[in-house]
Amino acid sequence: MSETFVRIKHAPERMPPNAQIGMVRWMRENLFSSWFNAVLTILSTVLLFLTLPPLLDWAVFSAVFSGEDGAACRVDSAGACWAFVEAKFGQFLFGRYPAEERWRVLLTLFLGVAGLAPLLIPSEFPKKWFVAYLLVPFPLLAFVFLSGGLFGLATVETSDWGGLMVTLVVAVTGIAASLPLGVLLALGRQSDMPVVRILCVVFIEFWRGVPLITVLFMSSVMLPLFLPEGMSFDKLLRALIGVALFSSAYMAEVVRGGLAAVPAGQYEAAKALGLTYWQSMGRIVLPQALKTVIPGIVNNFIGLFKDTTLVLIIGLFDLLGIVQSNFTDPTWSSPQTATTGYVFAAFVFWIFCFGMSRYSVYMERRLDAGEQR
Amino acid sequence: MTAPNKAIIEIDKIDKWFGNFHVLKDVSLTVREGERIVVVGPSGSGKSTLIRCINRLEAHNQGRIVVDGIELTEDLKRIDEVRREVGMVFQQFNLFPHMTVLENCTLAPIWVRKLPQKEAEELAMSYLERVRIPEQALKHPGQLSGGQQQRVAIARALCMNPKIMLFDEPTSALDPEMIKEVLDVMVDLAEGGMTMICVTHEMGFARRVADRVIFMDEGEIIEIKSPQDFFENPEHERTKLFLSQILED
Ligand SMILES: Nc1ncnc2c1ncn2[C@@H]1O[C@H](COP(=O)(O)OP(=O)(O)O)[C@@H](O)[C@H]1O
Ligand SMILES: [Mg+2]
Repeated sequence: MSETFVRIKHAPERMPPNAQIGMVRWMRENLFSSWFNAVLTILSTVLLFLTLPPLLDWAVFSAVFSGEDGAACRVDSAGACWAFVEAKFGQFLFGRYPAEERWRVLLTLFLGVAGLAPLLIPSEFPKKWFVAYLLVPFPLLAFVFLSGGLFGLATVETSDWGGLMVTLVVAVTGIAASLPLGVLLALGRQSDMPVVRILCVVFIEFWRGVPLITVLFMSSVMLPLFLPEGMSFDKLLRALIGVALFSSAYMAEVVRGGLAAVPAGQYEAAKALGLTYWQSMGRIVLPQALKTVIPGIVNNFIGLFKDTTLVLIIGLFDLLGIVQSNFTDPTWSSPQTATTGYVFAAFVFWIFCFGMSRYSVYMERRLDAGEQR
Repeated sequence: MTAPNKAIIEIDKIDKWFGNFHVLKDVSLTVREGERIVVVGPSGSGKSTLIRCINRLEAHNQGRIVVDGIELTEDLKRIDEVRREVGMVFQQFNLFPHMTVLENCTLAPIWVRKLPQKEAEELAMSYLERVRIPEQALKHPGQLSGGQQQRVAIARALCMNPKIMLFDEPTSALDPEMIKEVLDVMVDLAEGGMTMICVTHEMGFARRVADRVIFMDEGEIIEIKSPQDFFENPEHERTKLFLSQILED
């Protein structure tokens, strides 16, 4: 025989017991949830105590913040030689770009940011105008402003470009070219047309199979051999093309992963509605495919951004290159100069890469929220 | 059959293979305007493949298919013309998750029919009302129940004003309590005179709206009958076996 039960009164809601709330709970859950975590917590605390004070001392308390030359940094107890960074700051940003022309670089930067910002933050502006602006007029404007020679602007040879400016020019070109090219290559790789498919596979596998250093060397040493006599190509331009093709092959593979993640039913529904190939790709498949691979895309961007330092080996001076080349300046030679320079360069790279990383997290959240809204 | 309307789909002796596997064997079928056809048969018998040949989601290898006077060949232009006239509803809904319900419905009218956005939205709202979910228009598909999603999928197909609607097991992926709301919409559509081909195991629906029931097995059409005859006097052994299996539970 089974007992029957019918609830006649609601169970009252009560506050959780004390161990479930507040600081104590947080520490128990996050720092001491198991003996292993407890040991890790203690070890990390010890490690922080050992490393943080000397680091702070080097970077702040004993650091030299100003000076006409390296004398102050040559003192035995001196920490970071920030005065060196301060004195060379203009060079680190612009290389040997003439000081009186640097406003052109800043103006280009402003024109780029003005086009990009509305795309990055949610806004009601029709985005296609900004995309169109960034794809055609902006690169032309940037080219005219940066190299000059037109409209009475003095010509500045690319051999005089340097520093963060070169890093950004190479990285932005690589990033801007690799996404559209990568998408086309990825689509080509799953095309029904064998010729297109084979061409794309060969292209992708070729560029993925060679190291970027080789690509850069080839672009600066070998390419001129194939070009007709007397025709010369700017060194920076060659590096840009090499980097763009190289990174688009990587991007193609990331995008392919995203395309594979879109269910076949989505392609079929788009077809059944009568959408053309490009309409279904552009409106249905790619928006979903790219969204799933945002982390991979940004990862590629970050890798590319850091790889730009390799242009050093073909004689272009990016941020790291220009910092390094200043170590030999006798006025600033000191035991701390190189360390400080490297830390500074690393920090600048970190700022950009961390920014991209955070932005990707923000994008993912926003798109997820969009679907659940 | 009541009125001898003109034929809108003519399938003439088609064969299809997936690799060496012969999925459709010498299939012929003529569907007249306004006719409601229900296709039944065991899983893997080629029902989906058959109706997917009608809007060329699958290409047949032999024979002829003519839809609304347009013969389906490799020619992409004709395929697009046919797809504009044929709406399809899938088992898995296949709504576009990154768009709102309304955007799902206006997409094809705007990009394929080239309607102005405002007109497309009015059209979409009228069909969303017809499937009884206008209040969900601004939500994303992920927030709707299965039954609601399938009704949106029907509205999305109707927004192209198709002459023919194809349904591939529209209720098979639904929880039992949601099947009725979808069938109600389909009955409503059938009563409105739409030419429909439905692959479904809902025998009540077949009895109620079908003009003809088609039984398929192993890639062949085995039997075509009015629903009453089909359920009461099945002739072929395989039909009897199939009916005994599904009517048991
Ligand atoms: N794209 C495909 N490639 C190979 N075989 C397939 C493909 N699609 C379906 N089939 C096979 O064809 C047969 C018929 O499939 P289908 O038309 O989906 O049957 P039904 O809808 O009646 O269950 C099944 O055996 C299935 O495995
Ligand atoms: Mg099926």
